Amino acid sequence: MSTIKQKPAAERKKSKSIWTESFRRLLKNKTAVFSACFLILMFLFSFVGPLLSPYGADAMDVTLMKYPPSLFHWLGTDDYGRDVLTRLMTAGQISLTVGLASMVLSLVLGALLGAIAGYYGGIVDSMIMRIADILLSIPSLPLLIIIAALLSEFKVPTDYRIYIVMMMISFVGWPRLARLIRGQILSLREQMYIKAADVLGLSSRRKIFHHLLPNTYPLLIVVATLQTAAGILNESTLSFLGLGVVAPTATWGNMITIANNLIDFQKRPWLWIPPGMAIFLTVVAINVLGDAIRDVLDPKMKGR
Amino acid sequence: MEEPIIRVNHLQTYFYVDSRISRAVDDVSFSIPKGKIVCIVGESGCGKSVTALSLLRLISDPGKILGGEVLFQEQDVLKMNTKDLHNLRGNQISMIFQEPMTSLNPVFTIGRQIVETIVEHTLLDEKQAWKKAVGLIERVDLPRAEQIMTSYPHELSGGMLQRVMIAIALSCDPSLLIADEPTTALDVTIQAQVLDLLKGIRDESDMSILFITHDLGVVAEIADYVIVMYAGKKIEEAPIIDLFQNPRHPYTKGLLKSRPIIGQHQDRLYSIRGQVPDLSELGQNCYFCDRCEECLDICKEKYPPYLSDGSQHNTACWLYEKGELNESASGTN
Amino acid sequence: MRFIRDSGMPAENKRGVPVKKYVLKRFLQMIPILLGISLLIFFLFAMMPGDYFSSNRKLTPERLNELRALYGLNKPVIERYFIWLKNAFHGDFGFSLQHMLPVTTLINRYIWNSFIISFVALFFTWALALVIGVYSATKQYSFFDKLVTLGVFASLSVPSFFIGLMMIKFFGVDLHILPIGGMLDTGSNSVGFAYLLEVLRHMIMPVAILTILSVGSLTRYFRTGMLDVLRMDFIRTARAKGLKERTVIFRHALRNALLPAITLLAFELPGLFSGAIITEQIFGWPGIGKIQLDALNARDYPVLMTLTMFLSFLTIFGNFLADVMYAAADPRIRIAKKE
Repeated sequence: MSTIKQKPAAERKKSKSIWTESFRRLLKNKTAVFSACFLILMFLFSFVGPLLSPYGADAMDVTLMKYPPSLFHWLGTDDYGRDVLTRLMTAGQISLTVGLASMVLSLVLGALLGAIAGYYGGIVDSMIMRIADILLSIPSLPLLIIIAALLSEFKVPTDYRIYIVMMMISFVGWPRLARLIRGQILSLREQMYIKAADVLGLSSRRKIFHHLLPNTYPLLIVVATLQTAAGILNESTLSFLGLGVVAPTATWGNMITIANNLIDFQKRPWLWIPPGMAIFLTVVAINVLGDAIRDVLDPKMKGR
Repeated sequence: MEEPIIRVNHLQTYFYVDSRISRAVDDVSFSIPKGKIVCIVGESGCGKSVTALSLLRLISDPGKILGGEVLFQEQDVLKMNTKDLHNLRGNQISMIFQEPMTSLNPVFTIGRQIVETIVEHTLLDEKQAWKKAVGLIERVDLPRAEQIMTSYPHELSGGMLQRVMIAIALSCDPSLLIADEPTTALDVTIQAQVLDLLKGIRDESDMSILFITHDLGVVAEIADYVIVMYAGKKIEEAPIIDLFQNPRHPYTKGLLKSRPIIGQHQDRLYSIRGQVPDLSELGQNCYFCDRCEECLDICKEKYPPYLSDGSQHNTACWLYEKGELNESASGTN
Repeated sequence: MRFIRDSGMPAENKRGVPVKKYVLKRFLQMIPILLGISLLIFFLFAMMPGDYFSSNRKLTPERLNELRALYGLNKPVIERYFIWLKNAFHGDFGFSLQHMLPVTTLINRYIWNSFIISFVALFFTWALALVIGVYSATKQYSFFDKLVTLGVFASLSVPSFFIGLMMIKFFGVDLHILPIGGMLDTGSNSVGFAYLLEVLRHMIMPVAILTILSVGSLTRYFRTGMLDVLRMDFIRTARAKGLKERTVIFRHALRNALLPAITLLAFELPGLFSGAIITEQIFGWPGIGKIQLDALNARDYPVLMTLTMFLSFLTIFGNFLADVMYAAADPRIRIAKKE
């Protein structure tokens, strides 16, 4: 029994040093550190910001409708007299949450199904992967639009739409992940220590969760960042089309729908440019960070 | 020593990786006599290949040639302008590499890759160049030359490709051929054939060869002079017989001791203990002192100077700094 | 000598067969996926509780049932799927009740509008990506290269609708130099060259947006491909032969970097016809993407369904083409075919 206990311990120790070493190298990358700081600031802005704001996110002021940016309202007010800056903060809460939650969901789905497909092979593998193939063959935006339309038909209460949106984005996101994870698992399975685990008679569940999946963590982390970026972009697009999260809940995406109104679009750019910039900068930061993490975890990929 | 064809003085090539400096070649000087074969030997990572690449300025990022001079026909290669450099490469000095399988462009035919070199450096047109290329392929002992000309690299074996590389290298009758471990990736029998071919070409054309290898067996086979490198430094040089009979530097002695000798039974093959030091963490001491069996106190403090006593056998080692140098030098010749 | 081809025998017979076999196998693989997709999409639409008629409040329940029976909407889903499949094989993809046209006619009417902007954008994307990617690879770590990397990230991260709106605001509203939408000026009846010029002016912004959105990933692709090739041994050989740097990069490196990129062109195929939903919507460009959204709002499901399937089929066919071209671009097979 001692061999079984020793091996994972040794592995863990080794992997720990790999993580700290990678982290140390990540800190050397100035753009990565800058992006990480920006993202932390964005989170603080969205989640702590509203507490510091003198205005409520939904507090309307009929005397101050559609005012341009001023000393009191740094980003002006909207058509209900609400402070745009404060709304930007609370919208950020939703957009970031949807991005992160859809990432977690699709990661869990994708990693689980990919690991199962790769580990068991055979009929289980072909079933899972054919479903993934089919979902990957349908362009994701039309698919999202159809699902969104379907859900609109079922008259989902607006409060729940945010969860629906998360699920939809994960639904189109998981196949790609499953494919990646499956590939990794397949190659890992061939490696000696999994064969050793076979000889030791470990249970399948133990092998998948304690030996196979942990070895895909570097890949998962990189994919997770990219998936978060994609989630935020998808949510904003859907919400912009009115198929995602809808008013009165504000997200960066649906704040921009105001640009569909020609007057607001032309004359009141403070209503729609800030949320657009927020999406853009957040997604850039996530992508840059993800790229830097990939460089650090997989030096072979450097510069790509 | 005859008039050298090329003279390398105090060559310095460093690599800059992750804000650390790796001294791949540090203050190396040597010269190659006309029509002779000079071998550079050393373990992998000792800077021998970098030395070879530096001669033609083929070092790319993150490497940099920091100093020294490479004198070829009274001209310093390191200070040449791009035009002269392109004119030199492949024309007067040519080079072959370790991996023949990857050293040729997979999307062009062999013929095109030879012809391109000839057309670049001579006044021949494509048709004449093609004829010359066929002749070159025959010269490197490959049969069915016309067919090889129209083949793609993946259709030939490693040994054949190395011969093709040699044909390309010979295409403009260079006065110096740099061969960077040209036989390492080949089977032993093919290795011997390629070595014979190179020797034959030297004998025919009086071309000089700089031969890089880690294999003392190959050195014994081909070299006229030997340079031993360790951790980016030249530590010993001597005519071939001298070096094998009377090695001076403890490292050279170790290398010679650690090769198996046919017909002689050894219970355990000798090996030099320890490993080559990290080239970015070198101190003031002799780089070999940790592994040296004859290490003196001074070795741990100062790197020994490379002293030339006028003979052809020289070394950088404190053992020979105090009287012993002259003693053993008198034994050579 | 066994490594050389036996000369007497045509190479195609030796290597051509596996290629053909591979193509056939790959082709047959498409069929179950196509069926799977059509099933999935059909059932998604069958689940929709509403149809084109239910949004029309003026219809009496009896008339509604009549109409539904007329269009076969009251049959069980499975039966409807097979009817649909049978009709589809005959080229009948249903009838758009919103436009009062067969769906195929409708698609044919709009698809070329999508094609034209996608095609021009594709051209600019490839041209720009090739030039920028190759140049920044040869100048790795330079200021220009860093700028390109930043631009790549921007291109990958910008929401399409936002950059569209920004451009309309800047060039259309503030500077007044470009039309803000549509394919023609309102009330325009220009013909001939004037018509062409008018369409061109309207195309500029949509094409620019599509190019901006896709140039990033392709530039990145060319840059890394080029960097990979430049690290190869045969590039060092080419330099050692005394070839000029220009020859080394454009003859030896670029050829190798471009070969795998050819297969990418196959992946671009569906994009040419699929229309850009967001861009067309924002610019009011009458293309496939726009009628998709219109069909969604009007619950004109036959149109939406056919379009979705059409796009999926194109994607699958693009993948198929890419795989085949990849097999063909592999030097071993490529050469066998050429001879």
